[in-house]
Amino acid sequence: MAEMIWLVPLLPLLSSVLLMLGSASFPRLLIAVLGVGSVASAALLTMSIGMDFLADPQPFQMTLWTWMQVGNFSPGIAFYFDGLTLVMMSVITGVGFLIHLFSTEFMEQDSSYARYFAYLNMFVAAMLVLVMADNLLLLYLGWEGVGVCSYLLVGFWYQNSANGQAARKAFVVTRIGDTAMALGLFLLFTELGTLNIQGLVGAANQQWQVGDTLPLIACLLLLGGAVGKSAQLPLHTWLPDAMAGPTPVSALIHAATMVTAGVYLIARTHGLFLLAPTAMMVVAVIGLATSLMAAFTALMQSDIKRILAYSTISQIGYMFLALGVGAWAAGIFHLMTHAFFKALLFLGSGAIIHYLHHEHNIFKMGGLRSKMPVTFWSFMIGSAALAALPMTSGFFSKDQILLQAYQLPGAGPWLWLGGLLGALLTAVYSFRLVFVVFFGEAKTQTEGDTGWRMAVPLVVLCTLSLIGGYFVIPLDQVFPASSGDHPAHWVEYVSISVPLAGVLLAYLIFHSGQLNVDRLVNSSIGQSLRQFWHSGWGIDWLYDVLLVRPYYQLSRLMKGEPVDAFYSLVVALNQTFNHWLAESQTGRMRWYVASMVAGLILLLTMALQISLEAG
Amino acid sequence: MDGLNIPLNHILLVSTLLFSIGMLGLMIRRNIIFILMSLEVMLNAAALAFVAAGAHWGQPDGQVIFLLILSVAAAEVAVGLGLVLQVQRRFKTLDMDDANRMRG
Amino acid sequence: MLMINLILILLVGGVLALLSERLGETMPRKVALVVVLVDIVYLLSQLSAMPELTQLQAPVPDDTGTWLMHFKAQWIPAFGIHIEFALDGISLLMVMLTLVLGAIAVSSSWTDVTTKQGFFEANLLWTLAGVLGVFMALDLFLFFLFWEVMLIPMYFMIAIWGHENRGYAAMKFFIFTQASGLLMLVATLALVAVNQNATGVWSFSYFDLLHTSMTEQTGHWLMLGFFIAFVVKLPGFPFHTWLPDAHTQAPTAGSVILAGILLKTGAYGLIRFAVPLFPQAALDFSFVAMMLGVAGVVYGAVLAFAQTDFKRLVAYSSVSHMGFVLLGVYAWNELALQGAVMQMVAHGFSTAALFMIAGSLQERLHTRDMREMGGLWQQMPRMGAVAMFFVVASLGLPGLGNFVAEFLVLLGLFQANPWITAVAALGLITGAIYSLILMQRSFQGEPNARYDNHRLVDFAGREMLTMIVMMVALVVLGLYPQPVLDMAQPVLQSLLELTSVEITP
Repeated sequence: MAEMIWLVPLLPLLSSVLLMLGSASFPRLLIAVLGVGSVASAALLTMSIGMDFLADPQPFQMTLWTWMQVGNFSPGIAFYFDGLTLVMMSVITGVGFLIHLFSTEFMEQDSSYARYFAYLNMFVAAMLVLVMADNLLLLYLGWEGVGVCSYLLVGFWYQNSANGQAARKAFVVTRIGDTAMALGLFLLFTELGTLNIQGLVGAANQQWQVGDTLPLIACLLLLGGAVGKSAQLPLHTWLPDAMAGPTPVSALIHAATMVTAGVYLIARTHGLFLLAPTAMMVVAVIGLATSLMAAFTALMQSDIKRILAYSTISQIGYMFLALGVGAWAAGIFHLMTHAFFKALLFLGSGAIIHYLHHEHNIFKMGGLRSKMPVTFWSFMIGSAALAALPMTSGFFSKDQILLQAYQLPGAGPWLWLGGLLGALLTAVYSFRLVFVVFFGEAKTQTEGDTGWRMAVPLVVLCTLSLIGGYFVIPLDQVFPASSGDHPAHWVEYVSISVPLAGVLLAYLIFHSGQLNVDRLVNSSIGQSLRQFWHSGWGIDWLYDVLLVRPYYQLSRLMKGEPVDAFYSLVVALNQTFNHWLAESQTGRMRWYVASMVAGLILLLTMALQISLEAG
Repeated sequence: MDGLNIPLNHILLVSTLLFSIGMLGLMIRRNIIFILMSLEVMLNAAALAFVAAGAHWGQPDGQVIFLLILSVAAAEVAVGLGLVLQVQRRFKTLDMDDANRMRG
Repeated sequence: MLMINLILILLVGGVLALLSERLGETMPRKVALVVVLVDIVYLLSQLSAMPELTQLQAPVPDDTGTWLMHFKAQWIPAFGIHIEFALDGISLLMVMLTLVLGAIAVSSSWTDVTTKQGFFEANLLWTLAGVLGVFMALDLFLFFLFWEVMLIPMYFMIAIWGHENRGYAAMKFFIFTQASGLLMLVATLALVAVNQNATGVWSFSYFDLLHTSMTEQTGHWLMLGFFIAFVVKLPGFPFHTWLPDAHTQAPTAGSVILAGILLKTGAYGLIRFAVPLFPQAALDFSFVAMMLGVAGVVYGAVLAFAQTDFKRLVAYSSVSHMGFVLLGVYAWNELALQGAVMQMVAHGFSTAALFMIAGSLQERLHTRDMREMGGLWQQMPRMGAVAMFFVVASLGLPGLGNFVAEFLVLLGLFQANPWITAVAALGLITGAIYSLILMQRSFQGEPNARYDNHRLVDFAGREMLTMIVMMVALVVLGLYPQPVLDMAQPVLQSLLELTSVEITP
């Protein structure tokens, strides 16, 4: 089966091209079959390749053709397959398939049905290329490809300019990171002479020592790309706005797959990051800071999708924290479980939004528990996993991260403490969402619960969110083994109990009302803090003032083409001279004759003068 | 040929005088007929200088050029008078300043 | 003879197109299309007689026998002026690009030009002939001749069939290129004189002039003469200001030719003449040239973002893109040069397509002002999708030709100067900004109420066909650029060797 691996990204790509070419003429059923079927077959292929691989875990490489060959620069259109690739491919095709299925019902009324599936399929293809690439250039192709698909899908409902604005913001902000990453590629190639990931890591380990400057710079540049794509500080501002796209898109792209590409990139190049301990520390700190910042912000939001968006940012922060402390496998594990439960939550919110006439504000919902039981249970399970309640999948992955963070010599306990605070906040905001939306009194009408095409993905994802923690993922060969010893038992107990405390807190505040925080909230400090957190710590505002507006002003200022002013000056000078000389051309012959005579006399006088002097 | 021996300088002086008169006429007259006549005078001044110089050096070239000038002058008069007729017809005047159509 | 015939077919074809107007209003464009296609077919049929393209040997610049083709005949022997043409990989590449884009340009003038069609198509074909001459002439005098030949018909195309402000634009275009062309002429004559002083032989032949020895001072000045001529054409900052006006005012076919082909003559000139003739001077000058390139990249991008005129925006994007070419040429290593050549080809297609879209919009909406557009996707989804394709191509999406070009340029440039690369990479970000705003203002957003009651005709048939040709070309260039790279590789290799030999002693 392994030699069929190129079919995995090709199937969705073909389907995408077909859908684009025939968008106007295809019946809806055919569109759905193409869109969902291509991803389903990709998933089946992945599964069978995965089975083979698990039976005989040998990483392999497959070159389709040499992309370009210039001197010693010869990246190929080539795939590399190992345990990490398998995990990523399974998540992409598996979760991708469920979300495609969900979309067939969610987008049923939309007039651009074919365009939607064309984009979505193209996204899956690009994402697959990203994780399967054996060199950084091909990875970059997938990387930019998913960026463009994300742009297209966020701005899918293009008639609304705000959506276009959000889409452009998403693309441009991530492009900033991508540019840093491109510079990283230039540096790596110039220094190491290859972009092949395995070769690169090997060469780096031969040429560079741990702690050298060059690997540090290279890692920081790559990190720039990862930070942009994965919406970490300081380039996270695009993700909340990207919620303008259809909700299944948010589930697939902005929760389960694309935004975790940064995590994948760092995990894939961990051999480089091990050479730059400082860069790893930066990764950990960025991750922790982002996760706390986003958690506080999520606590203040009232738009259901924005809550989930900030929660995604926060959870990816955890993954970064894991990578930063060297808990590679734990980071990828969390990536996987997060893909399950966050996709579940997004799809659940999609169902709510779908049946509540595009209502996004959680305070206008309420009491949905009995009306939408499938959605309610999805949310319960998803939130439990998100909050890392024991026995859910999120518990296993997050627990690993926290424990391994604790064990990091030096800053470890501090990172652990920060992570705990994040975990507490996560529990609070996720159950705040559950209590506000599903309990209490009903404030709106619904049109019933989900149809089967929506329900099946929800149920499957529920199951995965519950049992995903027991999966054994084949990463042993990919990453260096982490130390086997466990920290003291109390550390583990604390890590387990904090989320429970968070849920209790949420219950007391948002459901039973026994803990009244109104006074705290309404105090002046409370108000301003609230405002500050709600606005995402003012970072958007900061960028607006520092970058966006100056750029607008600069371009407006230069619109008249300042360089042309110089040429216009030359033109003006010429015109002035022309004017003067034209004045002398009167058409009166006597002037001409007179000036001729005058000139003649002048010339003769000069000639005389000269001959006299000479003579 | 003995009796009449006018020095070359005198003839050239006359020629210069004639030329200056013609040029002055060109500059100050407004009537196109007079301008043409002034031109004619200038041509003849030059022709006179040629003849005199030819005679002085005993060369035939001066007279050859004189004949040439004569024909040029004839042609010029023919064309010039034709133009005068046209100007008269079109502008109803022979005053060159009135006929000036340039903006100066 | 192939090379002369290629040019002659176009020249005679131009006359035929002019005459064919008597046979019917629409005859000329058919004749023109046939002429260009005949030229393409003729070239392809002759190509099979040439060595396998993948096995091109490196043409040693001073050994004419190693070139793909070489033709030399006396013209003005007293001054050593010959009719000398030669073809190597890069010339061949450019010739092909010229002819393909020429056919596309004819197609784009199909419904766009309605008056004096015969003279229009004649001018178009004559411009193409001039460009072909520029790409193949290797006698500097002949080169200059063709340099002028391509100018004048272009001037007519802008001045006669242009839009509202065509007189100004045409004159500006003419003066800029003419003045810089004169600089080149002076530099050429001086170079020939210097060579004559040294060797005692008058010769305008590229091959004879390659090794002219001159003082450093002279070299700098002469190099500058060529440099300015080519950079004006490129156009490089700060000599680019003719371009937005010319592009905006030119008829669609004119813009296609201008952006797709004429600009490339500048880049070609830099690679072929400005650097190899004066390697030392070029090396000394490279930092300044790269700074100008970076300035062009960023400046063009910022100004493109500010525009409200669709064509003007695309024109400024050209300034930005051609900045990459300047960077690639003066980084002068294989990666960067390949990138520059690639950019010449890829930019030819992507920008030509965007101009054609602009032309189609103007034909339908009678405006180029993006403030009067918006939401056009709704009525013209196919055009929107095509525009989206070329917009993401122009912002450098991997998998399309422009990305390969920009990546190679920057990769090569990084080896020459990492700091300039870092600034130039800003072009990737700013490029995304202006490209996407173009899409937003025209095809996305709220549908403009002005067109509620009009039925706007979507792309179909002829238009779709030309677009698909260019889309396929860009995808192939993006995923399998090797044929193009292989064609250019031996030439660049030999140029690099030539200049390195010149510089070391």
